[in-house]
Amino acid sequence: MHTLATLPKGHEAIITSVSHMTDADTIALRLGELGFVPGERVQTIATGPFGREPIAVRLGTSRFALRHSEAARIHLQDSK
Amino acid sequence: MSTSTPRNIALAGNPNCGKTSLFNQLTGSRQKVGNYAGVTVERKVGFFTTPQNTPIRVLDLPGAYSLSSTSPDEDITRDICLGHHPAEAQPEVLIGVVSASNLRLHLRFLLELKQIGVPVIVALNMMDEAEKIGLTIDTKGLSADLGMPVIPVISLHKQGVTQLLTTLDQPVPAPPALPEGTDLHAEVRRLLSHYVQQPATSRERFTDRLDRWTLHPVLGPLILLVILFIMFQTVFAWAQPIMDALGSGLNDFGAWVLTPLPAGMLHSLLADGVIAGAGTVVVFLPQILILFLWIITLEESGYLPRAAFLLDRVMAMAGLSGRSFIPLLSSFACAIPGIMAARTIQNPRDRLVTILIAPLMTCSARLPVYTLLIGAFVPHRTVWGIMNLQGLVLFGLYATAIISGIIAARIMTRGVASQEHPLLLELPPYRRPLLRSVALGLWQRAVMFLSRVGTIIVSLNVLLWGLSSFPFPPAHATGAAIDYSIAGRIGHLMQPLFSPLGFNWQICVALIPGLAAREVAISSLATVYAIGATGDDAGDKLLPILSSQWSMATAFALLAWYVYAPQCISTLAVMRRETRSLKIVFGAAGYLFGLAYLGAFLTHYITLKMQ
Repeated sequence: MHTLATLPKGHEAIITSVSHMTDADTIALRLGELGFVPGERVQTIATGPFGREPIAVRLGTSRFALRHSEAARIHLQDSK
Repeated sequence: MSTSTPRNIALAGNPNCGKTSLFNQLTGSRQKVGNYAGVTVERKVGFFTTPQNTPIRVLDLPGAYSLSSTSPDEDITRDICLGHHPAEAQPEVLIGVVSASNLRLHLRFLLELKQIGVPVIVALNMMDEAEKIGLTIDTKGLSADLGMPVIPVISLHKQGVTQLLTTLDQPVPAPPALPEGTDLHAEVRRLLSHYVQQPATSRERFTDRLDRWTLHPVLGPLILLVILFIMFQTVFAWAQPIMDALGSGLNDFGAWVLTPLPAGMLHSLLADGVIAGAGTVVVFLPQILILFLWIITLEESGYLPRAAFLLDRVMAMAGLSGRSFIPLLSSFACAIPGIMAARTIQNPRDRLVTILIAPLMTCSARLPVYTLLIGAFVPHRTVWGIMNLQGLVLFGLYATAIISGIIAARIMTRGVASQEHPLLLELPPYRRPLLRSVALGLWQRAVMFLSRVGTIIVSLNVLLWGLSSFPFPPAHATGAAIDYSIAGRIGHLMQPLFSPLGFNWQICVALIPGLAAREVAISSLATVYAIGATGDDAGDKLLPILSSQWSMATAFALLAWYVYAPQCISTLAVMRRETRSLKIVFGAAGYLFGLAYLGAFLTHYITLKMQ
């Protein structure tokens, strides 16, 4: 099982879960509100110019920029 | 039905749903931009009438992803939508704006609005974009299912706006609420599968093609660099002729006003207090507007979040995020538009730190002072074969300021940084900026700048003029008139405090009017040294006097002072307006003065030791 933080550029995967780091993890809640919910497909479209961080991902018809720690909350399974 | 008191409605929707262009389409120029009391969130109110002559007052609520808020913007939206806001009544009708091309994200927030229990009219925006990518939306079915009127709109044209207005004349019932605990995502998926038809083969969108270049690890930063380079070129190059023309126009105007007046008190007040004071600031208007033309265009086009993405790592070194970059960059022209541009930063802490370090970015008003002192004290000679020593010192002053800014931001963000600091930035689709929105934005900036900052500047200048003019010197006085004035006395009083920095009383006096605008310090020094020159040519006559009367240590200490000192009242005034906190303003002035004193002291001490 891997996370969005390690999904290689150009690859697509399906979200299995979003982990909450604390009881009131506002970042995890916000990720859910933005549509990072189990069953959705995500694709990494770009990585930052200075290493892996931040990453840009496509989720349905939206695109988001995430830092590593945010992306690491999102667990994935391969789409095929 | 026609009533005299306007009906209260509000536009609510996700960021990038085209809410503001719909707002502009509805209200035209009949809108007021201000801040919500106590917070720095921009408050936009507009007025229009429906076909049946019902007056409507409409609020353009800050864009939100959810009613469970995470930012001051979203707090406002939540409080007003739920009727919890202390000053704003709950809107009678909400217009839920959704982008047809991004329904997966936007419908979820619309469902949150549906749960409130207030009538909601859905403006299905950007239908043209949806058609372009081959989406077919069953608006009738969607409307029946949601229990809300759904009106297709293209906010760039009048299309749909008329229908929206007609709907406002009809009674709209509150939509039926979904059962408690409904999974909103599942509901969105159900709605999408029932009422939206995706094309069988999805073409790669324009935005994705462009992102390949703009987000590329090597090409992306290069493109950004080119854009920034052109931006700064135009800010300085395009603005210069306009500023010159404006400056000479103001001079002519001043002369025209002043000629019929006999020399004396009134003449002096108008010339030195009002006209010179307002003039120094108004001259910066072209620069500020060109800067904002770029910022608004970059923002409207959707590029700004990409720039923030590319620079996130760099800004992280200062404990900030990519969003702080553009305001800090603007501050090299003038800290005032820089501080105003910090509004684009959503995170309140980042916004505050950005505002606090903006005065450290070397603004253009410091250049005249730097040029004069470097010209007087740094020998004109070539070092290491190719470099000009004077240019090197100037570069060093800029570099010192930037490094100090990074360190200051790092220190300020230290305590809070232990808490996770999210980026979570939406990268919206690219859009062609609307001429109408850009023009409206520029107009609002110009009015805001001229009215508020202008009045503050003029009153302060009159005050400083008074301090430097009264009381008059005795009849047989030999020294400069300013020596006998309150400002002159203050200069003498200040001197013990500043003598460790090597400042003489003349410098202390010049520091006072220099508070209004940094470059005024030069003409003040000229006055103090009784040269009688004013304005631009003061420097030429001042140069030999300074190099003969000041020590090198004093000159360098004054340079160091200017790198840090927040001695521009208008910057502090804008800071006060943007943060609505005197505590922050005093804190900023305190830390900058502290740095300036320390910097000047060390520079003076080290230069003396090295000689």
